[in-house]
Amino acid sequence: MTQTAPPPVQRPPAALVQRPVDAPAERSVRTLVSPLALARWRGKATYWAVFTLVTVLFAFAFLFPVYWMVTGAMKPPEEAVRTPPTLVPEQWRVTGYTEAWDLMRLPTHLWNTVVQATGAWVLQIVFCTAAAYALSKLKPAFGTVILGGILATLMVPVQALVVPKYLTIADLPLIHVNLLNDPLAIWLPAVANAFNLYLLKRFFDQIPRDVLEAAEIDGAGRLRTLWSIVLPLSRPVLGVVSIFALVAVWQDFLWPLMVFSDTDKQPISVALVQLSQNVPLTVLIGAMVIASIPMVLMFLAFQRHIIAGISAGSTKG
Amino acid sequence: MKTTSQPAPPAVTRPAGATPPPRDARPAGRGPHRPWRRRIADQATAYAFLAGGLLCFILFSWYPAVRSVIIAFQKYTPGSDPQWVGTANFTRVFQDPEFAAAWRNTLTFTVLALVIGFAIPFVMALVLNELRHAKAFFRVVVYLPVMIPPVVSALLWKWFYDPGAGLANEVLRFLHLPTSNWTNGADTALLSLVIVATWANMGGTVLIYLAALQGIPGELYEAAELDGASLWQRVRHVTVPQTRFIILMLMLLQIIATMQVFTEPFVITGGGPENSTVTVLYLIYKYAFLYNDFGGASALSVLLLLVLSAFSALYLRLTRTD
Repeated sequence: MTQTAPPPVQRPPAALVQRPVDAPAERSVRTLVSPLALARWRGKATYWAVFTLVTVLFAFAFLFPVYWMVTGAMKPPEEAVRTPPTLVPEQWRVTGYTEAWDLMRLPTHLWNTVVQATGAWVLQIVFCTAAAYALSKLKPAFGTVILGGILATLMVPVQALVVPKYLTIADLPLIHVNLLNDPLAIWLPAVANAFNLYLLKRFFDQIPRDVLEAAEIDGAGRLRTLWSIVLPLSRPVLGVVSIFALVAVWQDFLWPLMVFSDTDKQPISVALVQLSQNVPLTVLIGAMVIASIPMVLMFLAFQRHIIAGISAGSTKG
Repeated sequence: MKTTSQPAPPAVTRPAGATPPPRDARPAGRGPHRPWRRRIADQATAYAFLAGGLLCFILFSWYPAVRSVIIAFQKYTPGSDPQWVGTANFTRVFQDPEFAAAWRNTLTFTVLALVIGFAIPFVMALVLNELRHAKAFFRVVVYLPVMIPPVVSALLWKWFYDPGAGLANEVLRFLHLPTSNWTNGADTALLSLVIVATWANMGGTVLIYLAALQGIPGELYEAAELDGASLWQRVRHVTVPQTRFIILMLMLLQIIATMQVFTEPFVITGGGPENSTVTVLYLIYKYAFLYNDFGGASALSVLLLLVLSAFSALYLRLTRTD
């Protein structure tokens, strides 16, 4: 009898094992169209025509909406609702942003979001790492059963359980504490993230036992081994889990909408929707842009890792 | 099936001839060397590491899953004692005219999102894979909408669809096409939401297809070309069969994701016009937070759970045996 359940994923994505590298240099990989056809004059002309078309299409579909938001907040209110709309603001103003900052109390909501996301991230790193280490290396009794139970939650769609999860938060069993309107309502459920825990466990499984045995013989305890040996080796996977954890909280809407009825506690996503009805259009757009900045900046900073992770994590060799 | 709680001692492989480590090299607890004592100490350590994560799973994953089934058969409002009501919740939910509408809308949404959300990203990935320049730029740009918070995407498109100052109709007028009611028409509202969801989420799909396309050996295309296959035939007989597995995977994941759609209808249309965009999850939300009927909400959740778990099980089965 094997000790561990058969893993759903045969091996962790390459991106987690090695540092993501740049997209492979232009190897002359043969694709759909033959290089020969591309080398001919007609092929070249077609290629550049398609290239231009794709560039224009992408710019229109993905970049233009962003441009429209950023400039929309800079138009005076009457210009923003004019038809036909102006492509470039006739008068540039920053009032859309400054008013959003004050009127919609963005500092409060941004701070709430930061607190919720950071706490969820820290708790996930601490508890998921510890649990994954235990499941991977410490051979707890019933470890296989526990891992099976954790993996089974992957099968259960998150959103289908929001109602009982909400009732649990509203009245924690046994201790009867109400966590509504408390950041803990975001932090604790975030730890129950089977995907991240499993990612960590698979990574730890690859660390050879000899290394840990050696540390143990040198007199290191379990915690010391985790801290000084396992974690430094796991930097790539910790990075991936961190990004997942932060993005998940920042982008979530239904769950914070349920648990934060108190406006002062709401994260930016909930506040935007709740206040969207009673502020002028330019102010709302300004707030939308500000709400998008942190995640977009993070994406641009780590885009290579994120894109390599998505590409590698999903293909199966 | 052995369920022993005694882990086998780790096999330390030593090069032949090396001296075995002294017996007391393994750090032992205080007191006499009794294996059972060590084992208990080891187990205590292991569970100390497990405790935090395990507790969160018990409280926020396993217990709610069991509880949703229990409350589905109870009359329950927070603060009062639950009463068993048998299948009354289910019959009440079934009789709600919105119930049929919500399932119909959710399934329509899922099918539309599947068709649009498969075709567009796949063609996009095919074309991008042929381009030899600015690859990184295209990847970043296509993934940009995914990083914009879903709420912002929804509000942005709500503004685009605005009948007055909306850009969507402005573009149609510019192209001399008839304008549309978009989210204000009962027959176009759902499709309008599918467009939003596709725009916001297709970046990941495109990147995954791109990675899959890059794994196709070039010899296959060469061989097909030597056999005189046209461009279309190469797509049809080389590309699609080679990426069939990943297409199926993504379709299943998309079905699971789109059946839980909530943000777009909640933010953009509020379920209207004429309930044409009420989805199952939206209805669950309404039962719980507008009608304060947690029994009904749980009954609906259980139904959604059953449908989606079937797809999830299929997905896990397929990814396990590749």
